[in-house]
Amino acid sequence: MIAATVPPPRVVLYEGAGSAPLDPDVRTRLLAALLDRGYAVTRAVPGGARREEASAAAFVVLGRFGGAVPDVHDAAGRTVHVHDIGMSTVDEAVALVEEARAGRPMNRPDAGAATWKPWFPVIDTARCTNCMQCLSFCLFDVYGVAPADHTLRVENPANCKVNCPACSRVCPEVAIMFPKYHAGPIDGAPVSEADVHREKMKVDISALLGGDILAKLRERSAEAKSRFSKERSADAALAERRRCLTKLADAAAIPREVLDALPTPEEIERRTAEAARKAAAARDAREHATGRAVQS
Amino acid sequence: MGETAGATPRVLYCRCAYAQVVPGDVKDAVLDGLARSSVAFEMVPDLCEMAARRDGQLADIARAVDPARPLHIVACWPRAVRGLFHLADARLPDAGVEILNMRAETAADLLARVGLDVGSGTGATPPEAPA
Repeated sequence: MIAATVPPPRVVLYEGAGSAPLDPDVRTRLLAALLDRGYAVTRAVPGGARREEASAAAFVVLGRFGGAVPDVHDAAGRTVHVHDIGMSTVDEAVALVEEARAGRPMNRPDAGAATWKPWFPVIDTARCTNCMQCLSFCLFDVYGVAPADHTLRVENPANCKVNCPACSRVCPEVAIMFPKYHAGPIDGAPVSEADVHREKMKVDISALLGGDILAKLRERSAEAKSRFSKERSADAALAERRRCLTKLADAAAIPREVLDALPTPEEIERRTAEAARKAAAARDAREHATGRAVQS
Repeated sequence: MGETAGATPRVLYCRCAYAQVVPGDVKDAVLDGLARSSVAFEMVPDLCEMAARRDGQLADIARAVDPARPLHIVACWPRAVRGLFHLADARLPDAGVEILNMRAETAADLLARVGLDVGSGTGATPPEAPA
């Protein structure tokens, strides 16, 4: 996903030697406008970094140069766009940056449906015990195992389903955060004893569903095949899928659109088996490594 | 140009631009307070977005931490911010980093902890600002 891999272009607002300071109101509005469009910004001031240093990783340099626009190069020797915004409004200054970008792809907070919201799990390594329950649970390959020490890691953040915090609900240690979640402790707020107790009460999603989740999926698949052979109705299939997953959605706070986008039961079963295999291999490797460390 | 080097960011402000979980009035007031000061600072649209890309700038920031010149990261819950840096293969040291939480604190308190007095107008220089 290119939107998740291209760094935001960096703009330097240069107010050091050779550039007059901006009006404070204009400065605040310009900074906010650039950030809200997805640009990273450095503010350089007198006594801070020299213009060459401040511009080393810059894409555009803005300043009030009094008409004497300097030549600036980045660390790789490429010419950096430099604009004198002494006579510009905030909108005009932003337009200069957008023009310099010349359509270069970037993730943008203001791009509507094209925006990739950075939503993914973040591990609190101080709490994580590497039990790998989250790795077993996730169907989308978000989690992986660090090859060096066989610990859990978030391998593919962009695979995560936006607004779905379900894996945090299966973590017995309250070690999985979603920083953009609306409430604690999932948002990263301190974990209380009550939180730990509550999480331990609801870790077993299978139990919440009233039995083994895979058995339920197999059963659902068989029922669906039988029924569709008679009905051939896409609407009925959708209704059945929704009915079966309502309890799961309620139990784990999974958004309905995520459940609607789940693959077929057979594919879910295949992915679940693969995730469980990875988790077991990681646990074995860690136990092996720990045993070796104890022996030596 | 007669200026001293000081490229290491001392204040890193996260705009949390991709979600509405940080109160808008707090993040606007903090940005305004920083912008009205004489402090050089770094601003990023969203630390989460950078962590997802494993942006090398996070590792650079973590490496440059100097306990003698504390780095203030103005963002959200410290547990989450440390986790984001870890995800990006950048481990923030315990010493020399203060994570300020715009989800739970007022703008005035946050700016005071950075060393800026709200309402003092422009030119407020924190004690640790480069000479």
